Amino acid sequence: MSFTKFEDINENISWHDITPGGEVYEGGTSRYFKTGEWRSMIPTFIAEKCKQCLLCVPVCPDSAIPVKDQKRLDFDFDHCKGCGVCYKVCPFGAIEFGVEEK
Amino acid sequence: MAIRERLSGNEAVANAMRQINPDVVAAFPITPSTEIPQYFSQFVANGKVDTVFVPVESEHSAMSACIGSQASGARTMTATSSCGLALMYEMLYVAASCRLPIIMSAVNRALSGPININNDHSDSMGARDSGWIQLYAETNQEAYDNFIQAVRIGEHADVRLPVMACQDGFITSHAVENIELIEDEKVKAFVGQYKPENYMLNPERPMAVGPYDTVNYYMEHKRQQAQGMINAKQVIMDVAAEFKAMTGREYGMIETYRLDDAEAAIVCIGSSAGTAKVTVDKLRAEGKKVGLLKIRVFRPFPTEEISKALTHVKAVAVMDKAEGFSAQGGPLGADVRAALYNDPFKAKIVNYIYGLGGRDVTVTSLEQVYNEMLEIAETGIVGETYRYLSVRE
Repeated sequence: MSFTKFEDINENISWHDITPGGEVYEGGTSRYFKTGEWRSMIPTFIAEKCKQCLLCVPVCPDSAIPVKDQKRLDFDFDHCKGCGVCYKVCPFGAIEFGVEEK
Repeated sequence: MAIRERLSGNEAVANAMRQINPDVVAAFPITPSTEIPQYFSQFVANGKVDTVFVPVESEHSAMSACIGSQASGARTMTATSSCGLALMYEMLYVAASCRLPIIMSAVNRALSGPININNDHSDSMGARDSGWIQLYAETNQEAYDNFIQAVRIGEHADVRLPVMACQDGFITSHAVENIELIEDEKVKAFVGQYKPENYMLNPERPMAVGPYDTVNYYMEHKRQQAQGMINAKQVIMDVAAEFKAMTGREYGMIETYRLDDAEAAIVCIGSSAGTAKVTVDKLRAEGKKVGLLKIRVFRPFPTEEISKALTHVKAVAVMDKAEGFSAQGGPLGADVRAALYNDPFKAKIVNYIYGLGGRDVTVTSLEQVYNEMLEIAETGIVGETYRYLSVRE
């Protein structure tokens, strides 16, 4: 009962098998939750204006700016909630911010 | 050999804590439970225990610290009373739903207002739906014994729930009685080490505790939590049997006194049971068939035990040291009525509100209750089922 794996917890699980108090027995599981759908505002990455100073990366509250080989990539929109902090911090106008059109 | 001592209820519980030597105690002082963390912090300062004592800034913080501590894998305890318990209210539910077997010494005191520091049960009765197991003590000895058993009950894998070991403020917490302490090593062996299946400081298994629970999962967690409370009854009985083997002292869900052939009975909780026993002896000497049912465990509620014990009784006075403000009685009255509802020999029930804010409970006052019940038993006429005892008309 108390060792039910994260991957086995779904909307069909019975009360017998669910973990006590909702305990989760592995780390980093928030990546499975596509919280990007909460977003109403959206940042846009303008790659040609970006100097790769990487100031935007640590201020993102959701680790939604992936970095590879010391360079930032486009946003992880599965998890970006559109808070706009990265847009505020960018010194080069390489991030635009506006209402998301669906 | 057990140790004969003269201790107040608070000293007795503080000594139980010392013998258990928990990993963490987080508490904030409030009358009449203040002495428990006070005595215990002396044990910490004098190196009698290696517990980390956390002097927090409020009871909300005390329970929050207990939750973090117990979740990390540390055996954790606290003590409080009255408004302190009320300030913990939010966190009591978190502790229970996170299935953390925190042990609390609750020293019962009236809940404001009007502000009052004396005994009744309005504080812990307010927390009766929080998911905590509740044990109540009649004497200092029981306060001590219940506290030690609470550890084994709450931590059992089938239960995993926090336990409130309650005693009556001032009446037992401050009155000094002869009690029998168990030897330190025996207490330590009895409670053993705290070994949770999962805990946050286990590097082998990183875990999250208390995550947000959505519509699709919340009821399953609540159903599972309810099972812990259902399972608790068997565990309480098993732990009591083991405790009896060690000490010779017997505990159950309830205790009965001269009830077997009684026609009139009192059902009560806590120290009043002692007064009721003296009253029963007095009335029995006069040839009156009266008896007592004392509730030791209020959560989980001993429905079957009560129903069985009262089957033959004609009139029952259920004594509530807490107002329920339902305009028909108190919480114990409601639960005892429910317990007897399916009993074909249903006794007549009167629910008394008594002893609020420290109002004295005397042999004379309980004698009045028994005589009123005997009259109902004889005439079958119940009259008012919601009465106040010892209130000026």
